[in-house]
Formats: sequence, structure tokens, C-alpha cells
Amino acid sequence: MNFIERIGGIVISTGRHAKDVLALFFDTLFWLTAGPLKNKFVKKEGIFAQLVFAGIGSLVIALFVSFFTGIVIAMQSAYQLSRFGANIYVAPMVAVGIARELGPVLTALVVAGRVGAAIAAELGTMKVTEQIEALETMALDPIRFLVVPRFLGLLIMLPCLTIFADIMGIFGGFLVGVFNLRLDPYRYITFSFQFMQWKDVWTGLVKSVVFAIIISMVGCYMGLRTKGGAEGVGKATTLSVVTSFILIILFDCLLTGFFYFTQK
Amino acid sequence: MEKEVVIKSENVAKKFGDRTVLDGVSLEIYRGETFVIMGGSGCGKSTMLRHLIGALKPDSGKISLLGKDLSKLTDDELDTVKKKIGMSFQSSALFDSMNIGENVSLPLKEHTKLDKSVIDIVVKMKLEMVGLRGFEDLMPSQISGGMRKRVGLARAIAMDPEIVFYDEPTAGLDPIVAGVIDKLIIDLSKKLAITTVVVTHDMKSVFSIADRIAMLYEGRVLEVGTPDEIRKSKNPMVQQFISGSADGPIKFFQQKDDYLEQLIK
Repeated sequence: MNFIERIGGIVISTGRHAKDVLALFFDTLFWLTAGPLKNKFVKKEGIFAQLVFAGIGSLVIALFVSFFTGIVIAMQSAYQLSRFGANIYVAPMVAVGIARELGPVLTALVVAGRVGAAIAAELGTMKVTEQIEALETMALDPIRFLVVPRFLGLLIMLPCLTIFADIMGIFGGFLVGVFNLRLDPYRYITFSFQFMQWKDVWTGLVKSVVFAIIISMVGCYMGLRTKGGAEGVGKATTLSVVTSFILIILFDCLLTGFFYFTQK
Repeated sequence: MEKEVVIKSENVAKKFGDRTVLDGVSLEIYRGETFVIMGGSGCGKSTMLRHLIGALKPDSGKISLLGKDLSKLTDDELDTVKKKIGMSFQSSALFDSMNIGENVSLPLKEHTKLDKSVIDIVVKMKLEMVGLRGFEDLMPSQISGGMRKRVGLARAIAMDPEIVFYDEPTAGLDPIVAGVIDKLIIDLSKKLAITTVVVTHDMKSVFSIADRIAMLYEGRVLEVGTPDEIRKSKNPMVQQFISGSADGPIKFFQQKDDYLEQLIK
């Protein structure tokens, strides 16, 4: 009975969090769309700072991760394909695998760990030091002021990062193909593009847009509901990263399934 | 002359879970006066302050600020009222990511259409009032606690509010800085003729700044009066609080179970 009660409790609280995160998401969309009509714009400086932080700051690490992943996929697939003398198929395997799956997902995971955690920690600290309350007393909405710029920063930058990560991952595979498998560089590239289609790229980018929404909303939500001093900020940060990771993998599965059945 | 009531609370009650924090608080605060809400830790005075600025909604009872019933306002109307009040927070609550000048100018930039050059002048004037002109470019982390409090004060008065609220303005400051803050509060309320509401348990500060005092205990108002009336109060709880003695009707230790029983258990 106790066990069932506990499961029930977890389900109920998960449902409540989901509802609150959705409410935050709709508030964010409200300020984005209806705010300008009320002559309450979101600050350009704030958005710019977030674009730089989320995008340019994450570029090197995202490229790094993607580059080595490209190399790993190339080697792992060559390990299998070389038995059939089909080494050239390494090219499309890397290209399609990176564009559809690993580029968007790994970039999102890196950004969730870096930017999502920073968002939760920053907003959490602002919450426990009364700064959020100070904004509210000045009749400044924390969602317009803090959440919307972070949301936009990720929404714009995560797909951009994903494109760069895709290119870098394919380049990593290319290096293995050319220098280790002795494939002709020109043939490697044409073969990649022969198999990789436009839809492989755009489905990947759709995923990265969804991941951007997840990372920004979870980070802001966890930050804004922080309680209990430094310990609370630590908890909020951890919880934000863990929740983002789980949701990214979950939504990746759902979206992959969706595209698999609809975009044949 | 009839005094104008700018803040009025009627039977405000609030519970957090099972714990009753406010148990029917009724206060009237007049225009231009300095009103101090005092009481021990956990007596509900900070919660009361948060109700007065519209940050918390009471479970029952009514609060009106500048003649407007807070519970009946829409979000936009509430924002209009909030622009007429300023709040100085216990932890100063300066925005870490902005320098001092930006902290003070933020409400002006957001709520007025003033030119940047005009805003710069206003910021300098406000910082001059708290004795910190020339510190605009420093970050909040680079200045002392007392200076942060003063910047918080400058920010609270940036919009020329009609009412300024102070939450524990002297908590955690050394006696001299606390005296400076007290003097500043008096100066500002006299110079700008604003209504001032202070929540504190610092008795020295209470008697030096207050026009009237309300003492809160366990979510209820024990007594309201001028500093002299409070000093001469016959209520033993008030007397114990003023003298700060450990023995008296206010029990510091809350004994829920029998001590011996709990030790053996």
C-alpha cells in the first residue's frame, strides 16, 4: 500500500510540475507576442547577452563533442562494414547519423549541462536573495525580464550550434574515412550527400528547437521555484540538468518515432 | 485637520500550511508619517510587509494602498500602484549583473520615457541623497553591506514614490552604519515628504525614527502608539520586548512535549 501510495505521489507531483512548466511556457509566449502590443518590449541588450552566452560560449565544447563523436561513429561502423568490403558506406552512416540524431541530441545535452545549469543557478540565486521579489515590487515581470531573453537565446542559438556540430561531426568521420580507410575524399563527400537528404537535416533542427524549449523552460522553472539558500540553489541546478537530460532523451525518442512514421 | 490614510489593513489573516502567521491585523498608516512595525522574529512582521506591497495575498481581510483595494485590482492596475511605492529589502536585493548606476536607473528606464541623459542626472541625484555619488560604475559585489543597503535605498526612491517600505534596514550592520541608515530614513521621509513604513526589531532604531509604532506578537497587533506611549505601555509583553529581557510573558522556548519524556524516549 505504502509503495503504491508513493508511486501515486510521484505521478501527482510530476503532473503538477508539468502543468507549471507549461504555464511558464505559455506566459513566455504571451510576453513574446502580446508584450510588444502593450508597448512592453523585451530588452534587446538582454537577448543579445543571452545569445552570446548560450551560443558563442557553447560553440567550442559543442564542436569538440561532435567532432570526436563523428570519429567514433566512423570507426565503429567501419569495424562492421569492412567485413563486407563496404567501407564507403561509412560516409552516409556518419552523415545521416549525425544530422538526424547525434548532432542535435549531443549538442542539446552539452548545452543543458552548460547553459541550462547556469540559468537555474542564476535565477535560483536571484530568488533566494530577494532579487526576483525586487523586480516584482518595481512592477517588472520576471518572466518578461529574465525568462524571455533566455528562452530566445536558446531558441535561436541551439539550432545554429546544431548546424555547426553537424558539419564538425561529418568532418570527423571524413578524417577517419580518408586517412584510415583510405577512401577518396571526393568520393566520400559525394557519397555522403547522395544518401543524406534535406529532411535528415531539418528533422534534426526541429528536434533542436524542441530541446531548446525544454532546456530554457526547465532551467527557468527550477530557478524561479528555488527555496532555501545555497543548498536550494544547488538542488535546483542539479534538478534542472537531470530533468533536462531525461526530457531531451524522451522527446528525442518521441520525435524520432514521429518522423520515422510520417516522413518515409 | 483630518489625517489622510494611505495604507489600511483590515483583519488581515494568513496561514502557511497549518501555521497561522497573521491572525487579524488591522492597521492604519497616515500620509507623511514614519510608521514602524516591530516584533520578535517570526511574529509575522515581514509577512505583513509583503502583504502591504501586494506581494502576498491575504487568506481573509482587506488591504488598501493609496485608496485602492489590492484584491480588486487587475495586474496592470496593481503595476500602476507598485510604481508609486518603493521597497528596500533586508538583503538589499541589488541585481548582481548590473552596476550600481544601472541598478538605480532600472525602474526609470523601464517605466518612464525620460532621455538617457536625464536619467543619468536623476541617478546622480538619488545616489547623492544616500551619499554614494561617484560609485555608479562599481558592481554590487565590490561594495560593503552598508553601502549596498544605501544603494537599495536609492533604488527604492528612484521613481519618487509616495510610500517607501523598509524591511529590517539596520539588520546585520555595525552600530555606526545602522545610525547612518536611521538618519537617512528620517532625512528622506522629511525631505521628500514620503510615507515611510519600517519593519524592524532593532529597538534603538525604532525609537529614533518612528512617529508611530505597532507591536506585533504571534500574528496580532499588541499595541499601536507614539514612541512615548509605547515606552510607557502597561502591557508586560511590550515592556519585555523594549527592555530585551529573557524572562517575562513572552516565552522564548516553545515546549511542545514534556522534556523528561522526550529525553527518555
